[in-house]
Amino acid sequence: MAISRKRKDDLIHYFFMFTALVSIIALGLIMVYLFLEGLPIFQKVSVGDFIFGSSWYPTFDPPEFGIFPLIVASLAVTALSSLIAIPLGVMTAVYLAEIATPRTRSVVKPLVELLAALPSVVIGFFGMVVVAPYLQDTFDLPTGLNLFNAALMLAFMSVPTICSVSEDAIYAVPGDLKEASLALGATHWETIRRVVLPASLSGVSTAIILGMSRAIGETMVVLMVAGGAAMLPTSIFSPIRPMPSSIAAEMGEAPFHSDHYHALFAIGMVLFVFTLIFNIIASHIAEKNKQVGAATL
Amino acid sequence: MQIDEKLVKRRKGAQMVMWGVFRSASLVNAAALGVICVFLVYNGLPAISWEFLTQYPRDSMTAGGIFPCIVGTVVLSLGSMLVAFPLGVCAAIYLNEYARRGKLLRVIRLGIANLAGVPSVVFGLFGLAFFVTFFGLGVSILSGVLTLAILVLPVIIGTAEEALKSVPMTYREASLGLGATKWQTIRLVVLPAALPGMLTGAILGLSRAAGETAAIMFTAAVYYAPQLPTSPFSDVMALPYHIYVLATAGMNIDKTRPLQYGTALVLIALVLGMNLLAIVYRARLQRRT
Repeated sequence: MAISRKRKDDLIHYFFMFTALVSIIALGLIMVYLFLEGLPIFQKVSVGDFIFGSSWYPTFDPPEFGIFPLIVASLAVTALSSLIAIPLGVMTAVYLAEIATPRTRSVVKPLVELLAALPSVVIGFFGMVVVAPYLQDTFDLPTGLNLFNAALMLAFMSVPTICSVSEDAIYAVPGDLKEASLALGATHWETIRRVVLPASLSGVSTAIILGMSRAIGETMVVLMVAGGAAMLPTSIFSPIRPMPSSIAAEMGEAPFHSDHYHALFAIGMVLFVFTLIFNIIASHIAEKNKQVGAATL
Repeated sequence: MQIDEKLVKRRKGAQMVMWGVFRSASLVNAAALGVICVFLVYNGLPAISWEFLTQYPRDSMTAGGIFPCIVGTVVLSLGSMLVAFPLGVCAAIYLNEYARRGKLLRVIRLGIANLAGVPSVVFGLFGLAFFVTFFGLGVSILSGVLTLAILVLPVIIGTAEEALKSVPMTYREASLGLGATKWQTIRLVVLPAALPGMLTGAILGLSRAAGETAAIMFTAAVYYAPQLPTSPFSDVMALPYHIYVLATAGMNIDKTRPLQYGTALVLIALVLGMNLLAIVYRARLQRRT
């Protein structure tokens, strides 16, 4: 009786272990299938020409598969959106964790969560019908669908990520550190700047990297508002075509198992590697500088 | 000791200025949400009618309703939750109740964190290569549901684990002390206590799946389906994809603007409504404990 009960418990243990492994299995399968479908393109173009080639004309005869403009576009839109999202996200986090009264906090925090919940297609739609015409008129541009518009929309998608992860990190700064600073006569703001922020720097960096990872992989916004021109951007108002938007826009037209199809999977590989690097760096920072109290991830 | 009044004033002043800056930063977020919602309600509300919600698109999608899109989105998100919720809860049980600190746990956590960071369009590619092609499920509800299930899995695991963590250790000790096995303790003591918290995760997962576009573009959603899905192998229309198609493709973009606003309003009402429900429900749970 006792033995069978133990065996049953062991079996249950292994069952749960298997369900926990599903995430890793899924991640592994994603990698395998991206490579299976993406690698065949490298029989047609070399890895160097694919990544550093400057023309993306997949439907021309002969086709050209150079994704350098798409990579640059993705990096540019991510960098520009981070310039907007980092200050906004971190400042909101400081406000929520340090300054706001519990009552204000209980209103603002759900609002930030709701901002995170907005479907990306709706944000893209807003960028198309409101922000684009506004930009076009104000700055007298040929098109309002451009790098700046996409970056602005993406910023509001990464702010909630940056804000909530930073807030946890700021919250986890031990109270005695702050009290020591205040007791020495520092004002609350001086304490935040000289003690709280430096102490939570690793958590805040994790937050920023996760926010950037979200921005670089976001699809619908760049698909709808970035403009779609596969060229190197020359100004912040250039229309661009980041990697996710190329995949989403062209997969519908690419014939099954054609070179174009494989090339789009290869772009997916590059995108996947980018986000993987971002996420591993974030996990690494969080792991290395584990804070006391609530975890940062 | 002399107190430099001027310096104190300046330091206090600096703090006041910074407080203003921080407060405006958080206001900007709230304003962004507010502007988008108000704009969609203002433009979308005139398009909403009983016909709009219950009829099929007509005249090559320039008129009529969005009924099949609503059905499609509900089916896809409920279906993905049917797969992801049990799986995610079981994974969370392993992580919180069974796993010991060590290499395996670290690897699993790294895997979950990275899965959460995979771009949705890459999930779409994977779904296309794996479910649609390799398993031969075709562009279908089943392919979309499975793709979305993997996409929301990290959300479910995260919230389920938090719910398990909030169950006091003394519950487990009392049950084990009475001679119950670990499984009996989990099933009869821990799970019932954690279930309400897990439900918030399920609601959040539902809303995430409902708003997702890129992951279903190549796996489940179609531009137009003449009838409601009849089996798990049917393709479907879905709200987010419908917005995208109407707003970007075809020659009637301006003519269908009201339909676009209406569809977007229905989608955010659905998604934000579910999130609001989860937030209120969670706040109530926290008050109780």
